[in-house]
Amino acid sequence: MTQQDTILSLKRLQKTFTARRKGKTYAVRAVNDVSLDIRRGETLGIVGETGCGKTTIGRTIIRLTQADGGSAELDGKDIFTTDSRRMRELRLKVRMVFQDPYASLNPRRSIGDSVAETGDIHGVFKNRQDRDDRIAKTLTQVGLDPSFAARFPHQLSGGQRQRVGIARALLPTPELIIADEPVSALDVSIQAQVLNLLADLKEEMGLTLMFISHDLGVVAQISDRVAVMYMGNLVELADGPELFAAPRHPYTQLLIASVPRIDPVKRIAGGIEKGEPPSRFSDVTGCAFHDRCPMASDLCRSTRPELTDAGDGRKVACHHA
Amino acid sequence: MLSVRNLVVSGGKGSAQIDIVSDVSFEIERGKVLGLVGESGSGKSITSLAVMGLLPHPQLWVRGGSIELDGADITEEPPYLRVERGHGGVAMIFQEPMTSLNPVLPIGEQIVEAVRVHDGSTGVTARNRAQELLDMVRIPDARLQLNAYPHELSGGMRQRVMIAIALACRPQALIADEPTTALDVTVQLQVLSLIRELCDTFDMGVLFITHDLGVVSELADSVAVMYGGKIVETGPVERLFNTPLHPYTAGLMGCVPDPSAGHRRFQTIPGQAPKPGEITHGCRFAPRCSHAQAICSDDAPTRVTEGARHFAECHFPISRGA
Repeated sequence: MTQQDTILSLKRLQKTFTARRKGKTYAVRAVNDVSLDIRRGETLGIVGETGCGKTTIGRTIIRLTQADGGSAELDGKDIFTTDSRRMRELRLKVRMVFQDPYASLNPRRSIGDSVAETGDIHGVFKNRQDRDDRIAKTLTQVGLDPSFAARFPHQLSGGQRQRVGIARALLPTPELIIADEPVSALDVSIQAQVLNLLADLKEEMGLTLMFISHDLGVVAQISDRVAVMYMGNLVELADGPELFAAPRHPYTQLLIASVPRIDPVKRIAGGIEKGEPPSRFSDVTGCAFHDRCPMASDLCRSTRPELTDAGDGRKVACHHA
Repeated sequence: MLSVRNLVVSGGKGSAQIDIVSDVSFEIERGKVLGLVGESGSGKSITSLAVMGLLPHPQLWVRGGSIELDGADITEEPPYLRVERGHGGVAMIFQEPMTSLNPVLPIGEQIVEAVRVHDGSTGVTARNRAQELLDMVRIPDARLQLNAYPHELSGGMRQRVMIAIALACRPQALIADEPTTALDVTVQLQVLSLIRELCDTFDMGVLFITHDLGVVSELADSVAVMYGGKIVETGPVERLFNTPLHPYTAGLMGCVPDPSAGHRRFQTIPGQAPKPGEITHGCRFAPRCSHAQAICSDDAPTRVTEGARHFAECHFPISRGA
């Protein structure tokens, strides 16, 4: 298996939600024609602001949300039209870690039962002993003592709960883990511990990681490649260091410049970009970023830019980049 | 201007009584921003509630110390008097504007309400003042937006409305408790720049509470770092970040991911923060500290000074490049 081997391939993925506001029905394009390949063994970061569609992408892959159009292939097999037997396989191969470890654990179930849940449903355990062993092994992998199996969520700190969240994903020995804002609810010192754990597990178990986050700093440090999304569109895709050193898309540039950094010399001042993402209920023609973009031209207002190759494995969706 | 001295906030009953905030002192100057940084449970929000007189009674109370505004002791004053102070008290904004705003009233009415209470003006005068306040917080088409409901506004706009309401009492001091945490980075930067602008324009003192060191570094003039209910280090922003004295400050700075750093491992602080009352002897950071020695868990550290106004409470400060 080479680094370039594609594990998951998304083609022209579409998801439109309908929303009613003041008696009118609006179509909200959460994911707009996104094509993306994830290579086996890499960490792909997906970054963007609220409502950019990053979470919806993750959810369509594990079919928590049905896509409206496009396809997704895992190891070359379509996962949107798959039958229930293959669906089972998919549920074990692709696992998700959610943002809020408080909300994703059942308060009345012991940690051990929560971790083993998927295994129980899919009948992966040979017997009781095997089940206990697997729980203990998985808890150890995420840096928790096996005795945690008997505890309940309220006895755990936020960082420990997120480790349990990771353990749940890990138990069926998956190939791909989709982590949706896995550390956003944690304090920075705890966040760093959990991120290192994810990175270590990925190395040890040869996992592929899709890391969804709004935090550019976190994404930059953990990802091999980074995809930047804006308003449902994939606007730029590049290797992490290159993306952050030389962002090509004006939105990526704005995003990177907006991250508050520890640098007492660089202080906040006037001349701040004033725009906000347009309403999700208006139909944007052309490039979704055009009304905030300093380089916008008539072409940007009329024609949606396609994601095109910009050399060095980088892709940008901009008429002027 | 606003000065907090040796503030102690306690909770619990009888022998189970514990100090949530112990011996916290700081001063906010006119036209300056003090950043109060700490992780969850460090006591930063409780400190701000104590300053506003909004501690949940009777679970928490101020056990000692004083809060002074312009030389007048306001420790015992009820919250509304702290806000009033004959035009110019303390105002506060919170993290999630949606929970602070009334969802069934247009924002105009909510601002007018604040104006009525503080200015005593009514009718058109109050409405004009409300529009003026919306202009002040840079909400476009203020006149039209007065009729908007909170759900029709974006998160950034809602936080601006909260700031407008806070400004209605023409405060001398503004307490902002994680006001940008729920916002996207590009919008966060806009709100931070607004706070800076208002602070300069009205010569207002700002206490900015956050867990985000990056935000503090962009906005604050001076910084106080809280850990386990105590301020462990305080100093002017550039000195504190360039030469941190307390190992916790340094550790926290190391944990902050930096987009320009590229692909690398994250620095961590091992263990987790103590619960209130968990550590009563010595330095509260000692169990997680890589510099800790025997004395750290036995004796409370004394204050070390590195130049004017830069203090830390540590037995073995990392200073002078050591």
